[in-house]
Amino acid sequence: MSAAMIALQGLRFAYSPEAPAVFTDLSLEIPPGTATAILGPNGAGKTTLLHLILGLLKPQAGRILLKGRERTSYSRTAFSRLVGLVPQIETTPFDFSVLEYILLGRTPYLKPLEMPRQADYQAAANALETLGITELKDRPVPELSGGEHQMVLLARALAQGPRILLLDEPTAHLDLGNKDRILRLLGGLVAQGVTVLFTSHDPETASFLASYLITMRAGQVLESGPLEEVLTEEVLAETYQVPVRVHRIDGRLVVLLDHTSDDPD
Amino acid sequence: MNARPLTRRWLFIFLVLALLILIALSIFVGRYPKPYWMPPDLLWQDSLAGRLVLTLRLPRLLTALLLGATLAASGTVMQMIFRNPLVEPGFLGVSQGAAFGAALSILWIGTSPLTIEVTATLFAMLGLALSYFIARRLRFGGWVLRLVLTGIAVSALFSAGVGVLKYLADPLTELPEITFWLLGGLWSVTWHDLLYLLPLVLPALTVVYLMRWRLNLLSLNDETAFSLGAAPTRERTLLLVAVVTATAAVTAVGGIVGWVGLIVPHIARRLFGANAQYTLPAAMLSGALFALFADDLARTLLAGEIPLGILTSLLGALIFVWLMTRTQLRTRK
Repeated sequence: MSAAMIALQGLRFAYSPEAPAVFTDLSLEIPPGTATAILGPNGAGKTTLLHLILGLLKPQAGRILLKGRERTSYSRTAFSRLVGLVPQIETTPFDFSVLEYILLGRTPYLKPLEMPRQADYQAAANALETLGITELKDRPVPELSGGEHQMVLLARALAQGPRILLLDEPTAHLDLGNKDRILRLLGGLVAQGVTVLFTSHDPETASFLASYLITMRAGQVLESGPLEEVLTEEVLAETYQVPVRVHRIDGRLVVLLDHTSDDPD
Repeated sequence: MNARPLTRRWLFIFLVLALLILIALSIFVGRYPKPYWMPPDLLWQDSLAGRLVLTLRLPRLLTALLLGATLAASGTVMQMIFRNPLVEPGFLGVSQGAAFGAALSILWIGTSPLTIEVTATLFAMLGLALSYFIARRLRFGGWVLRLVLTGIAVSALFSAGVGVLKYLADPLTELPEITFWLLGGLWSVTWHDLLYLLPLVLPALTVVYLMRWRLNLLSLNDETAFSLGAAPTRERTLLLVAVVTATAAVTAVGGIVGWVGLIVPHIARRLFGANAQYTLPAAMLSGALFALFADDLARTLLAGEIPLGILTSLLGALIFVWLMTRTQLRTRK
């Protein structure tokens, strides 16, 4: 199966030689042009997995293949054109304007000492327009609301034009309206052939967007496969260690906490 | 806000013009032949005036420009790299290291300007090196936090060392010299000092100027900077070494001239926004302007020289308070 967009083979990773390994022997394949959710409770190793794919962390053993090529064989520039990241938390104390902030996403297309050109300003403006947030263009980034900030981070990743988009908890801290907008936008990207890989601790978000699901707990991948096969009451109960019910409403899987099973009455 | 690129251009033109005018005025401002002003035609009539301008005022003026531009650029770079608007260029043990080196030189090594400069530069770099290597050994916190902590510790160490040296110094000859050096000033600057500065300062400023777009990236989280193609640790270290070298050199020549590196980047950001593509050159121009203006006051205002560091601190602190109160107003709005 070399058709996978992202393939992990036998990854071993620990933060330091003394620390317990986060992953001992992790193998995964993520098909191109799909949305895959990494689902699991806090501390399961979801962000660590994203950082390994990104190359920010180096595995002690195993291989990471992107489009069938070893991750380390990509130049830094080629890699940053291929893979974009929307981090979970990003703050800046400086009053960058939204347009300037999004322009930073064009850096992979600039020579090392080059300043952004007209075409880059155009690409940044296009990203703003795609997300429908052109009116934020001149606002200082530190003054944005949580939802606006998340849209701006996504716009910056769009301006980067990656084929693989990694998102760390893209909908955490968002209200329903903003959550809906982000998820629809990501759905649109997937329809355009972008491979989306995102972490979430919320099964709801995963089932809305993803067609593949990876569940993790304590640094171990429990299950991975098509959403319908993995998003089951048994797997979720094992992942979160609480009883849950999975219902199908209007063709979508909906996850509810099961309050009946340990009801004293 | 749409008009920003246009106003930015006018602001640049204004800054350049203001700087050129101040440079022209500075040649004739002084206390010869009488306080405050020398008529320009005296240059051709009085050979002493000509020599004064050529051998004293000109090198001093250029050094002030270089000092201001360097401290402001270093401040901008450090504030962005450390993602902390309250950082100033000397904080990684550099200022106190230079002070210790200068005091050591005055006491035991030699009191010629070049000896003091070289010793001060070496100890300033030693301050950075100590901060850097101790930070590498810390086992907690991010890279930024570790450097900030070790910078504080190393500065305190050297500052204590300066205290010891002052205690040991001869109160009639050596102590005043150390004290005067610590207060900062350019009264003794000659062409030799400028020649000492140029090879250290110009390459550093060139590197920083060329990397000013990257600097924006490096002010973001590691993971973001990395995902946008930067090598955060390596590129930050390169910039840090560049600005610290330049800061060490100007500190060695001018003593501890405080507040330029802290306050000028703030003003530049206020006027030009956070984007270092514009803020960095703006800070360099404003820093040069501020330092030259303060130095003109330092050598003209009183019959005796006022230490430059005192004037920059006074002006800087006043501007800082003014900026802080204005920021408060803006966030409350």
